[in-house]
Amino acid sequence: MLITNIESVPGRQIVKHHGIVSGSTVRAKHVGRDIMAGLKNVFGGELKGYTELLTESREEAIQRMMAQAKQMGANAILNVRFSTSSVAAGAAELYVYGTAVTVQ
Amino acid sequence: MPDILIFLVLMLLGYGFGTWAESRHYKSIHERETKLRKLPVIMLKHPLPQPGRLVKVQLAAGNVVISVDYFKRFLASLRNIFGGRVVSYESLVDRARREATLRMKESCPDATQIINVRLETSSISKSSKKGSIGSIEVFAYGTALTYK
Repeated sequence: MLITNIESVPGRQIVKHHGIVSGSTVRAKHVGRDIMAGLKNVFGGELKGYTELLTESREEAIQRMMAQAKQMGANAILNVRFSTSSVAAGAAELYVYGTAVTVQ
Repeated sequence: MPDILIFLVLMLLGYGFGTWAESRHYKSIHERETKLRKLPVIMLKHPLPQPGRLVKVQLAAGNVVISVDYFKRFLASLRNIFGGRVVSYESLVDRARREATLRMKESCPDATQIINVRLETSSISKSSKKGSIGSIEVFAYGTALTYK
């Protein structure tokens, strides 16, 4: 599955549009990470636990979007956008959406 | 009295470790930026003219969550009274953006160029206090093209 955030796949022709596909996931972090983050708030620096958590969550959202596109019979997703919103304290929603197409 | 003592200790720890961590981070950013300078990152939707044949198209992404230290947070809260530039937060977002861009580049080392790059910033603050930044996340993504 090809994924790009531009309106085409360079060097390939789009033969069919399938419409919008999206994937989302809501994640919360566990207590251990929260305590580490609390410490880091004193010392400053990167919160590795959070970075990993968000990377994993985005990965999962992309997987869901790809599954949806596969079901439609697409082989590429174009113009992909990401968005993040916090649902509640300590939980975040990661949403990814794009256009499923078939390319040659 | 013990409250003031704890506050002072936290301030000192924040200042010491925070300054050390920041200078170390900036050093690593400079080094990696020089190393990755040959991979252009552009915001245009169309690729730059390039010799060779396009062999691979993929989504490149990188993210980072960075927190500000106790001392700088205190400085920023002082700034809230007088207004003006909050220098301590400026270096925080600068570091986060550059780090995320670097990670995006590092995620596809064989790419020739990365086009249509977007940077997304969101603040992850867990304290209930209003207007506190605490930590921010920067997510950078774009389309990596590989020419052979």
